[in-house]
Amino acid sequence: MEKTTQNINYEDVVIHVDKVSKSFGDLHVLRDVDLQLYNGENLVVLGRSGTGKSVLIKLISGLLKPDQGNINVLGEVVNILDERDLRGLRQRIGFSFQNSALYDSMTVRENLEFPLVRNKRNLTRTEIDKEVEEVLEGVGLSQAINQMPSELSGGQRKRIGIARTLILRPDIMLYDEPTAGLDPITCLDINSLINEVQERYRTSSIIITHDLACAKMVGDRMVMLLDGKFERQGTFEQIFDTEDERVQPFYDYNFIV
Amino acid sequence: MPNLRVINLVKILASENLMGRKIESLLIEFARIHRFFVRFLRELVTPPFEFKEIIRQCYEIGWKSFPLISLTGFIVGFVFTKQSRPSLEEFGATSWLPSLISIAIVRALAPLVTALIASGKVGSQIGAELSSMNVTEQIDAMEVSGTNPTKFLIVSRIIATTTMIPVLCFYVAGIGLLGGYLSIAAKDDMSLLSFFNQVFESIAVKDIFAMVLRAIVFGFTIGFASCYVGYYSSKGTEGVGKAANAAVVSSMFLVFIEELLIVQILSFF
Ligand SMILES: Nc1ncnc2c1ncn2[C@@H]1O[C@H](COP(=O)(O)OP(=O)(O)O)[C@@H](O)[C@H]1O
Ligand SMILES: [Mg+2]
Repeated sequence: MEKTTQNINYEDVVIHVDKVSKSFGDLHVLRDVDLQLYNGENLVVLGRSGTGKSVLIKLISGLLKPDQGNINVLGEVVNILDERDLRGLRQRIGFSFQNSALYDSMTVRENLEFPLVRNKRNLTRTEIDKEVEEVLEGVGLSQAINQMPSELSGGQRKRIGIARTLILRPDIMLYDEPTAGLDPITCLDINSLINEVQERYRTSSIIITHDLACAKMVGDRMVMLLDGKFERQGTFEQIFDTEDERVQPFYDYNFIV
Repeated sequence: MPNLRVINLVKILASENLMGRKIESLLIEFARIHRFFVRFLRELVTPPFEFKEIIRQCYEIGWKSFPLISLTGFIVGFVFTKQSRPSLEEFGATSWLPSLISIAIVRALAPLVTALIASGKVGSQIGAELSSMNVTEQIDAMEVSGTNPTKFLIVSRIIATTTMIPVLCFYVAGIGLLGGYLSIAAKDDMSLLSFFNQVFESIAVKDIFAMVLRAIVFGFTIGFASCYVGYYSSKGTEGVGKAANAAVVSSMFLVFIEELLIVQILSFF
């Protein structure tokens, strides 16, 4: 199932991670990392647990600050923005969290409304309702609108989480392990949703995963984080065309064992 | 950041021995509390203000505590009066009961009982709620969707505890006195009116003022401590239980310490 995406513009870099390092105490998570995301592209970031994949996208969205280096997103340097400008930029970045991070004291409707009413204070009730219903339909969960997050399955929660970020029409999507903990069929659904979002909303995305089927299905390009650096990148075949014993187990586990 | 410089200095001094390590982690904790407090103050005074969320928290924290606090306040007043009666009876002074209980309730029992019940109920609620939001990345989600979590989650809760606990405290004083009256009326023939006449004769404005002061201090303490503990909980599900527990323990502990200090300070007036 090779992917072919038409609309990637390799002239236009939307995210540029420029020689970034990040440590927590004595733990050097990212060392002098470079990464570029092109307009319209789905970039898959592979890597073992605890290698700093989540840290990377938290740096990109400004939740963490790098120790060194700069992170340029849509022409702005995230790590030096003040709170107000960061807020503006964040409206253009969608973040799908690993465990969906739905607000569990709110209904699905209230969850979806939240980013909207907080950022666009002059919308009317009808406009809000229309937006909510539209994105909810986009992820195929119109019937869940009045349910509480605790009543939903893992896959449904993931969809609602994605819908909640789509409601602000972001230019960039960051997915943190979108298929982790889901059954194979739900994984397929989520992967198609990610591709659908790329097409319909014209987003550029970073997808973190160690599920190679997901990587193959959604990724236009892949990079692998090894010991705090991106050592391998390219297409699926290029990544795994190596004897490196840090890389092969990924492939073996997913496709041979 | 001057406190970071201090920490670095201590770090160098502490690099080897264990005692130094302990002091280092204690100082880091203080620096973090200080930073949390400064952030709270900044978000408290800068617009936009989260009025809707503040009202919602007042409802959650204040209104929902009424049943529990009614019962406790009533029982404390009733039992305290019943237990005090025999000692006064020895001197034939049972007619002093109303003034005795009103002083006891307003000066000590009402604020303490309210604060302890609130530490248990509200403190654990805030601690568990915030730490589970932290663990499941809901706080991060809030931040990336353009909402300041300190303002939305912390400031609103601390305002709610600081304003609602004094209200609850007044209510506890009232219902405690009512409990006291019913305990007296079970034995003696006394009208509610003459009971409350005696009550208001024996408590001074100063006492009411001191009660409100205590309640405000306790309310702020419970809100601040519980929010701090919940917000900085360790990741993982066991962090939620730990945070709820730590919120209650630290709130109660601080309330007692503050009570001691306030009693000392007020004795000068
Ligand atoms: N806020 C933080 N404070 C301290 N350590 C952290 C923090 N966030 C992540 N780490 C550590 O950084 C490492 C990488 O974490 P993460 O990016 O979450 O890994 P993963 O690649 O599995 O997503 C882990 O060892 C983690 O413990
Ligand atoms: Mg992760």
